[in-house]
Amino acid sequence: MEYRTRSEGPYTVIALSGEVDLYYSPVAREQILEHLERGRNVLVDLSAVSYIDSSGVASLVEGYQLARTRGLAFGLVGVSPAAMQVLQLARLDKVFPIHASVDERIASDG
Amino acid sequence: MSELAGAPLATVRIRARADELKGLRDTVRETVLTQGVESRLAECLVLAVDEACVNVIRHAYGGEDTGEIVLDIHNNQGVLVFRLTDFAPPVDKQRICSRDLDDIRPGGLGVHLIAEVMDEVEFVDPPPGTGNVLEMRKRISH
Repeated sequence: MEYRTRSEGPYTVIALSGEVDLYYSPVAREQILEHLERGRNVLVDLSAVSYIDSSGVASLVEGYQLARTRGLAFGLVGVSPAAMQVLQLARLDKVFPIHASVDERIASDG
Repeated sequence: MSELAGAPLATVRIRARADELKGLRDTVRETVLTQGVESRLAECLVLAVDEACVNVIRHAYGGEDTGEIVLDIHNNQGVLVFRLTDFAPPVDKQRICSRDLDDIRPGGLGVHLIAEVMDEVEFVDPPPGTGNVLEMRKRISH
């Protein structure tokens, strides 16, 4: 797994790529929580994620919950078919705010 | 333990460590694809087997790099059988259950994902010298 972060509008976008599994999910978790702890709104770009397991999903859930606690925005963008399949199996596809792209998310913010 | 005819399609033996899981996933994917499984189901099967291994690493071995995991994959008359053997102390089967999905929290999803993907999941009697044996079955042809 690799990750890149960038700022777009009011968001820090964390783009994960590759396989987010038990070995790499602590890195994803650390990135997500670190930016939220700094008070940033966070979008996680999953467009290049080829595999995600329950530990990777747990990192997303943790981010989602921390954002709610802090009154920050959190969401997923560009969710790859592989990642969406796991979110659907976990019945979390209706829990996370999901948008096709960062631009679509920003537009939906009005 | 259920009787499985013939040699396994594949056998993988790994250290019970997170960094060993990618190779195991690759073998599961390659093996089930040779059995005519379509790619979407193949990815689900990879996920379920991976989650079972994660549970072994975390719970049976307690996250310590102290043992091995052996996966045998069989095609038993149109039923893919994934037999996962560890060498850890016996786990308390009563404590292994899927959590309420309406309770949105990190963790606890692995058992649910396995159950969603597989037709049958059960611990079987371990042969002498092993710890726990989990069998997961998925029918792929009628």
